[in-house]
Amino acid sequence: MIPPAFDYHSPRTLPEALALLGRYGDEAKVLSGGQSLLPLLKLRFAQPAHLVDIGRIPGLDYIREDGGVLKIGALAREAALETSEVVRSRYPILADTAAVIADPIVRNLATVCGNLAHGDPANDHPATMLAIGAEVVATGPQGARTIPIAQFFTGIFTTALAPNEVLTEIRIPAPPPGSGGAYVKLERKVGDFATAGAAAFLVLKGDVVQSAGIGLTNLGPTPIKAREAEGYLAGKKADESTFAEAGRIAASAARPGADRRGSVEYKREMARVLTVRALRKAAGRAAGR
Amino acid sequence: MARHTVQLTVNGAPRSAEVESRLLLVHLLRDEFRLTGTHIGCDTTHCGACTVLLDGVPVKSCTVLAVQADGRQVQTVEGLARDGALHPIQEGFMQEHGLQCGFCTPGMMLTGAALLERTKSPGEDEIRRAISGNLCRCTGYVNIVKAVQHAAAKMR
Repeated sequence: MIPPAFDYHSPRTLPEALALLGRYGDEAKVLSGGQSLLPLLKLRFAQPAHLVDIGRIPGLDYIREDGGVLKIGALAREAALETSEVVRSRYPILADTAAVIADPIVRNLATVCGNLAHGDPANDHPATMLAIGAEVVATGPQGARTIPIAQFFTGIFTTALAPNEVLTEIRIPAPPPGSGGAYVKLERKVGDFATAGAAAFLVLKGDVVQSAGIGLTNLGPTPIKAREAEGYLAGKKADESTFAEAGRIAASAARPGADRRGSVEYKREMARVLTVRALRKAAGRAAGR
Repeated sequence: MARHTVQLTVNGAPRSAEVESRLLLVHLLRDEFRLTGTHIGCDTTHCGACTVLLDGVPVKSCTVLAVQADGRQVQTVEGLARDGALHPIQEGFMQEHGLQCGFCTPGMMLTGAALLERTKSPGEDEIRRAISGNLCRCTGYVNIVKAVQHAAAKMR
């Protein structure tokens, strides 16, 4: 399959990229890892007149802790997230997530920021970022602004990014003592989108939940933050009966559609099961198990 | 329709071409450079038959634009053998019967060769994870794993 014709731009600095986006407006798309955008173009789901490739802008591929925040730059690849020492030791929920995205070859090019900017409710990082309360940095002609992740996904394949903005960084608060997170995904085979997925992040004091974050993958037109289940968990004992009830509440927030991966009822049930599994694993990590 | 001149290194030799923006790397390799060892299987980023090494890293060349490879190093299956001597991964596939129809083999071998560049003694799990983006429709995975292990032993 051959993509529709477009013009290709390869800026060497972020201001150059922003100038191109400003000039072409919604005729342009940002190209980064290309692992979502190029398949989309080949299927002619989008026909932008211009691609602005940010892949040659130096200095954007970082993953580092800085002032109590983990910062992931626009060009950090999923493969780098998967193998990063700071991620594996301090943010295992991110390593969980990266390891189940597409396949290892795709992850060599796919970027973490692109996984969010694409706005696909089937992508895996959105649920994780909703659970851990990330922020994204959108850089445009007037400078940078931060957007809480809970306000980022505005519709199917639609985000709060303006056409002249680039998602330049993800910021994740450093995990407080007694916290743990996990992401679990049900997929038919390696490389498939999730039938359903759940991310959970818990802050515990002893065996009591101080705060909880839950995100759901591919269970509605946008990634879902299961607010009611999060609220239920606060102040409860972190045990199986609490997690079972939280799973039921989270599943009631799911709005899945039926497709080849399953019926509405099946997917809602998987939302429940996966939420419980993610909470159990998160609690284990919070307790240092 | 914008055209660009790309200059890249393919299997160690400098190559250049004038390409459309939308040309995929796999078509540049096969149609312009006539390196038809890189196969097109699914064309949808799933099967890995088109896997090549870009700056030493396996990528699916049906999902990379030729212009994105400008200035970079590409290695294809044709670049594995050196001076008439097979690469250990090629010997492994031959000795362990690592191919049946052979369609997935170029991608499998490049993914395997890249794995062996970063780890000397991969276990079966590690090999299976590494090739999980390369599909073999003959389902010959058992011998593919043995072929990679054969190459690993030879390279140690």
